[in-house]
Amino acid sequence: MKSNDDHAPRRRLTVSLNDRAFRAIAIQVVVVSLVAAVGWYLVANTLRNLDLRGIATGFAFLGREAGLPIAESPIAYAPTDDYGRALLIGVLNTLKVAAIGIVLATVLGTAIGIARLSKNWLLARVSAIYVEVVRDLPLLLQLLFWYTLLQILPGPRGALQPVPGVYLSNRGLLFPSMVWDRAHLAILGLAVLGLTLTIVYRRFARAAQLRDGRHRPVWPLACLLMVAAPAGAWAALGLPVEIDVPVLKGFNFRGGVLVSPEFFALLFGLVTYTAAFIAEIVRAGILSVSPGQWEAARALGLPTGLILGRIVLPQALRVIVPPLTSQYLNLTKNSSLAVAIGYQDIVSIANTTLNQTGQAIEGIAIIMAVYLSISLSISLFMSWFDHHVALKGR
Amino acid sequence: MSGPLSWARANLFSSWPSTAVSLLLAYLLVRGLFGFVDWAIVNAVWSVPGGDTEVCRAVAGSGACWAVVGAKYRFILFGTYPYDEQWRPAVCVALFIALYALSANRALWRRELVLVWLAVLGAIGGLMWGGILGLTAVPQDRWGGLPVTLILATFGIALAFPIAVLVALGRRSNMPAIRWLCIAYIELVRGVPLISLLFVASVIFPLFFPEGLDLDKLLRAQIAIILFAAAYLAEVIRGGLQSLSDGQYEAADALGLGYWRKMALVILPQALRQVIPPLVNTFIALFKDTSLVLIIGIFDLLSAAKTAIVEPAWQGFGIEVYLVVASIYFAFCFAMSRYSQSLEGRLLRTQHQSRIPLPRRG
Repeated sequence: MKSNDDHAPRRRLTVSLNDRAFRAIAIQVVVVSLVAAVGWYLVANTLRNLDLRGIATGFAFLGREAGLPIAESPIAYAPTDDYGRALLIGVLNTLKVAAIGIVLATVLGTAIGIARLSKNWLLARVSAIYVEVVRDLPLLLQLLFWYTLLQILPGPRGALQPVPGVYLSNRGLLFPSMVWDRAHLAILGLAVLGLTLTIVYRRFARAAQLRDGRHRPVWPLACLLMVAAPAGAWAALGLPVEIDVPVLKGFNFRGGVLVSPEFFALLFGLVTYTAAFIAEIVRAGILSVSPGQWEAARALGLPTGLILGRIVLPQALRVIVPPLTSQYLNLTKNSSLAVAIGYQDIVSIANTTLNQTGQAIEGIAIIMAVYLSISLSISLFMSWFDHHVALKGR
Repeated sequence: MSGPLSWARANLFSSWPSTAVSLLLAYLLVRGLFGFVDWAIVNAVWSVPGGDTEVCRAVAGSGACWAVVGAKYRFILFGTYPYDEQWRPAVCVALFIALYALSANRALWRRELVLVWLAVLGAIGGLMWGGILGLTAVPQDRWGGLPVTLILATFGIALAFPIAVLVALGRRSNMPAIRWLCIAYIELVRGVPLISLLFVASVIFPLFFPEGLDLDKLLRAQIAIILFAAAYLAEVIRGGLQSLSDGQYEAADALGLGYWRKMALVILPQALRQVIPPLVNTFIALFKDTSLVLIIGIFDLLSAAKTAIVEPAWQGFGIEVYLVVASIYFAFCFAMSRYSQSLEGRLLRTQHQSRIPLPRRG
C-alpha cells in the first residue's frame, strides 16, 4: 500500500514521531538494538561462565580421539577414531533412517489414505480407526512401546518366524541375504538397460497414441526387457545363486542381514506414525478433486485403477505436495527421538560427545546445523518437484 | 430393498476383491481381538498379594500383569510429589480439565475468558508450589506425572499465544528489519527438532545468566516449550491474518484507525476466530510433544511411567504400563481432536468461508 506522502511535492525533511516513515525507522532501530543488546548480554554472560568453568570454546575437540563405541555404522569406525568421524556417522545414521522412513511412510500413508475412501465399509472403518489412534498418541510413547515389545520377545533360540527364513527375536529382525556374484552385475546391467529402453518406448507409444489415437500397450515389452531378458541371462550363466540364510548356531544366529531392535523400533514407529498423517493428506487431496472428474472418466469407460492413476491422483498431487513436504520434514526431525531408545543418530552421538567433552554449545550447534541443512534441502527439493513434476502441463 | 443383508452386500461384498478384503480383515480382527482378550483379561494377573511378582513372571508372554498398575498408579500419576499432599496435584488436574471444558464453550468466548485463564493458572501454581494458605511448600523437583504434562502444555500454549500474535504481525509488517527478525525466529525454531531446543534449555540456558541466578530445570524446559510453541502458533495465526480480505484492512484504514487499534479492534478478532480449529490442533501436537522432556530428565507422565518399571521387581512389565499411559494421552487428545473437527464443521457452515489450509502437525 502506498501512502500519499510518497507523491507529495517537495517534502520537507521532518524529524517527528508523527511522520510515518521516520517512525518506522525509529521503531526498527529500537527493536533491533534491543534484540542485539539482549543477545550481547547473553553472549557476554556465557563467555564469562565458560571462562569460570575453564571450558575452551571452538571446534578443536573434533580432532580428538572419541573413544565412544558405535553399534551400527554405515562406514568403517573404531573407537580410536576422532569425534569428527563419530559425528559424521551420526549424520549418516540419521539420513539412513529418514530416507528409508520417508519412502515407506509415503507408500503406507497413500495406501491408508485411499483405503479410508474405499467403498468397503470394514476397510474404511479400520483405516479411520488406525489414523485416529496413531495420531492421538505421542510418538515417543509409541517408540518406547515398540522397543519394549521387541525386548520382551524370546531370544534367538525361541525366535518367531513369521515367514520361513525370517527371524524376529530380542536381537532384532534377521532375514536372508543374497551373496553377491560377478554374474549378478551383468544381470543388473541388463535390467537397467531394459528399464531405459522401456521408458524410451513408452515415450514413443504416447506420442504415437496422440497422433493416431491407437493405444499401444507398454507392458509386454516391459516384461520382455526387464524380466525375461535378465532371467534368460541368469539361466545362460548357469543360474548362479547363493543365499545366506540365517541359521541358529549355539546361542545366536549366523548369516543373513540383521536389523537391530533400535533401528527397527525407530523405523517402525516413525513410519506408522507419519503414515497416519500422510493418509489424511492423501485423503484430503483426493477429495479436493471435483466429483465431475470421476464422472467424466467413468463416462469414458476407464476402470477405477486408471481413473485414480491417470486422472485423480495427478490433480490431487497439487494439493498433496506442500503438506507432504512438511510431513517429510517432521519425520526427519522426529528421528531425533532415536536418542530415547539408543539408536545412534546425530543427536545421540552429539549428546554423548558434549557429555564427554563439555563442549555443550558446539555440540548443540552441530545438531541444529545438521537439521537446518536437512530441512532446507528437503524444502528446496520439494519446491523443485512441485514446479517441474507435479504441475507439468498445467 | 433394505436391511442388514443388502447393506452388507453393498458395503462389504460388492465385488470379489472387496469380499476378499472383508473376509481377510474380519479374520485378522477376530483373531487379534481374541488374542488380546486372552492376554489382557483371561490370563491376566490383577493383583499380587505382598508384592511378590513371581505370579506375574509365570504368565509373562501369555497374560498381562495389571498388578503393576495397581502398585504404581500413584507414582505414574503424580511422580515423587509428597504422598500425603497428592490431593493437590489431583485437584490441579481437575482444574485443568474444567478449564478446557469451559474454553470449549463458544458462548464463553469473550475477553473475560482471559481473566478466568489467569485466575485458574494462578490457582494451579499456588496449589502445586504451596507455601501459602497453610499449604506446605513443595519444590519443583518433586513435581511429576500428569500435572507436569498438563502444566507444560497449557502454560506453554497460554504464554506462547501473546508472543505468537506479535511475531505473526511482525512477519506481515512492512518494516523490513522487524519482518526479517520474525522470519528468522520462526524458520530457525521450525527447522530444528524440539529435542535440540530442550538440550539448549538444559545445558545452555544455565550459561546465559550471571553466577548465582539459577533457573529451575522445569522452568527452563517450560521456556523452551513456550518459544517452540510460539513459532508454530505464529504460523497458524498468520494463516488467519491472510484469510481476511483486503477490504477489512482498507476499511479500518478508512476509519482512520492507527495500527494497533486496527489490529486489536478489526483484524485480530476476526483472524483469531478463524484459526481456533488449527489452534486446537497445535495444542494437541504440543500436548504430545511435551513427552520429549523425558529425554532431559524431567518427570512428566511418560517419564514417570518409564521410571515406575525400573524397579527390579516390576521390570519386564512395560507394555502394561505404556498401555495405561497411552489411554490417558489418548483420552485427552481424542476429545480435543473430535472437538476441533466439530468446531471446524460448525465454523464452515456458519461463515461459508474457505478453510485455512493448515493441516495438523506431526
